[in-house]
Amino acid sequence: MADAKVIPFDDDRSRGSAVQRPSRRRGMGSRRNKGEPAAVREVQPLPGRPEAAPEEEPRTREEPAPPSRKQGDGWERRVAGGLAFLRRRLTGDYEIDDFGYDKELTDQVLMSLLRPVYEKYFRVEVKGVENIPSEGGALIVANHSGTLPLDGLMMQVAVHDNHPAGRHLRLLAADLVFMLPVVNELARKAGHTLACAEDAERLLERGELVGVMPEGFKGIGKPFGERYKLQRFGRGGFVSTALRQGTPIIPCSIVGAEEIYPMIGNAKTLARLLGFPYFPITPTFPWLGPLGAVPLPTKWTIQFGEPIATSGYPPEAAEDPMLMFNLTDQVREQIQHTLYKLLVQRRSVFF
Amino acid sequence: MGKVVLVTGVARRLGGRFVRRIQRDPEVDRVVAVDVVPPEHHLGGADFVRADIRQPTIAKVLAEHSVDTVVHMDVTGTPLGSGSRTTVKETNVIGTMQLLGACQKSPTVKRLVVKSSTNVYGSAPRDPAVFTETTPPKSLPSGGFAKDTVEVEGYVRGFARRRPDVAVCVLRFANILGPHADTPLASYFSLPVLPTVLGYDPRLQFVHEDDVVEVLRLASHEPERGTLNSGTFNIAGDGVLLLSQCARRLGRPTVPLLLPAVTWVGTALRTVGMTDFSPEQLRLLTHGRVVATDQMRETLGYRPKYTTVETFADFARSRGPGLLPPEALAGAVDRIAALPRLSGGHPPTQSAN
Repeated sequence: MADAKVIPFDDDRSRGSAVQRPSRRRGMGSRRNKGEPAAVREVQPLPGRPEAAPEEEPRTREEPAPPSRKQGDGWERRVAGGLAFLRRRLTGDYEIDDFGYDKELTDQVLMSLLRPVYEKYFRVEVKGVENIPSEGGALIVANHSGTLPLDGLMMQVAVHDNHPAGRHLRLLAADLVFMLPVVNELARKAGHTLACAEDAERLLERGELVGVMPEGFKGIGKPFGERYKLQRFGRGGFVSTALRQGTPIIPCSIVGAEEIYPMIGNAKTLARLLGFPYFPITPTFPWLGPLGAVPLPTKWTIQFGEPIATSGYPPEAAEDPMLMFNLTDQVREQIQHTLYKLLVQRRSVFF
Repeated sequence: MGKVVLVTGVARRLGGRFVRRIQRDPEVDRVVAVDVVPPEHHLGGADFVRADIRQPTIAKVLAEHSVDTVVHMDVTGTPLGSGSRTTVKETNVIGTMQLLGACQKSPTVKRLVVKSSTNVYGSAPRDPAVFTETTPPKSLPSGGFAKDTVEVEGYVRGFARRRPDVAVCVLRFANILGPHADTPLASYFSLPVLPTVLGYDPRLQFVHEDDVVEVLRLASHEPERGTLNSGTFNIAGDGVLLLSQCARRLGRPTVPLLLPAVTWVGTALRTVGMTDFSPEQLRLLTHGRVVATDQMRETLGYRPKYTTVETFADFARSRGPGLLPPEALAGAVDRIAALPRLSGGHPPTQSAN
């Protein structure tokens, strides 16, 4: 799968795409980060204010941009596009799906916010993106680590930005995500939903690409000493879900996320008090306050493995516990092996 | 000989509309309209019987008119006029019990239609995003109208077991909206400024009044070919709207408040009598609720005329503009787009849509 030849090739490609990307995304993104949240937030707490006020802010920031008249045309189109976007957002004229996924907001705002972290901070290298089908449902199963679920978000950006069809990954998240204010709102709008069989099946049925991290809190909240050791994969519910829908399972290994917050301790009492599954103590976290919550700038690699087909099994196979365990182990081992392989290839944690 | 339909809860507008509509159906001979108070609207020639469904007299009404179809619409969340929550609960629960008892004794009753609500699913962060008719709720509603509907449905299931010869149809309606809707959510959306829960943007689904009347009609007649109209069905318009989207489309500013503060504001508003901010409505406005309507399409064979978005647009038209009308906001953006410096002399055609 991951032979030595792959690395330089991918390096080239990521550099190549970084050159062309700014023309398309950077500009739109950077403007919208400013424009959208500012405008949308401002509408709410200012009842009855003249409407012109909130919109003018992003505009004035825009003004220094078009002095070079050669690029004027491109800028105009972008300004017009930005205004059309703003107009749709302000009048509520956009669509969301049953799960609360706001495609427009995700593409224009949330992804643009994550992209700098993805490209500049963690410098994610993606391999094996061709293993993701360009249409139809598929279940991506990945390892989970890093105290905060940044790996899921990075995987979402990785799939969307690298896949030729620009597919959107729909992540399955823990119930804690949907209990926290603000977080639940953003998660739903970014296309995430609760990790349960009903939601996963509904998404796969509609031909969506679903991402799941079966280790759950066991994986993300494991101590630093156990890094890159896969935890138990729940009860293998994800396998039966994929079997019932006959969708392929794509194992995915993420290297680099383990080291962003080296968890050296767990304040269990505090965690119980706050209702969280764990309360991480890292060399920096509670001690340096908010500064300690900045993740370490590790170098990431995300590798999508070869898909495991499930369409060949009869429908009653989803109820067969032996088959479930076998398939779960197969997926688990494939992820673990790829993890080891990637770790051997890794030059350093940070470069 | 045609059918005799008994309808409860006709003093409400929706009940009145349904009575007027079903009388026009050729297979219906007579409509018996029942409520505790005489309705303010006309019933189009239906026989109004002033009876309390909480009393055993309802059995006499059933026997007297030899009713064969019962449409139970008196399961509601808000009191009619000046009633207390206790009265509402009694009408919902005791009323249903009495009515079902009367139906059980009546040899003529062949069909029972119950207006329920998607409130039976509750709404909690641990629930799946989309409820089907068979999804068990993770946390049962602990009180209020939601608990009433759960209990009502329990009694209806018991009745269906005891009288297997009666076709029983339970219709779980999503939030009913429309130009004349008098539901708690409609009065919430009529507030000049909408209090919302900080950090939550619930998904909402609506069903139009016209669709409610039509689907009740469909359920109270013989099933059409290839369809089945007994069982439990979710009824909702297609699509989903977020609360923030609703507020923007209505042109009403929102005030995000912390959860305890919302409860407090809700109590204050209830005291003033502006709207009812019940705990289950607060939960709806926190976590939202979306139901699957595949059964409605495939088994019941009903296609709603209005989607959620169209229902809301119809409702918004009837309410008049808010403080921040969307047209004005769109106009402001267009004016900025038309500024010569930004558009570079060209008319801003792209921003029209």
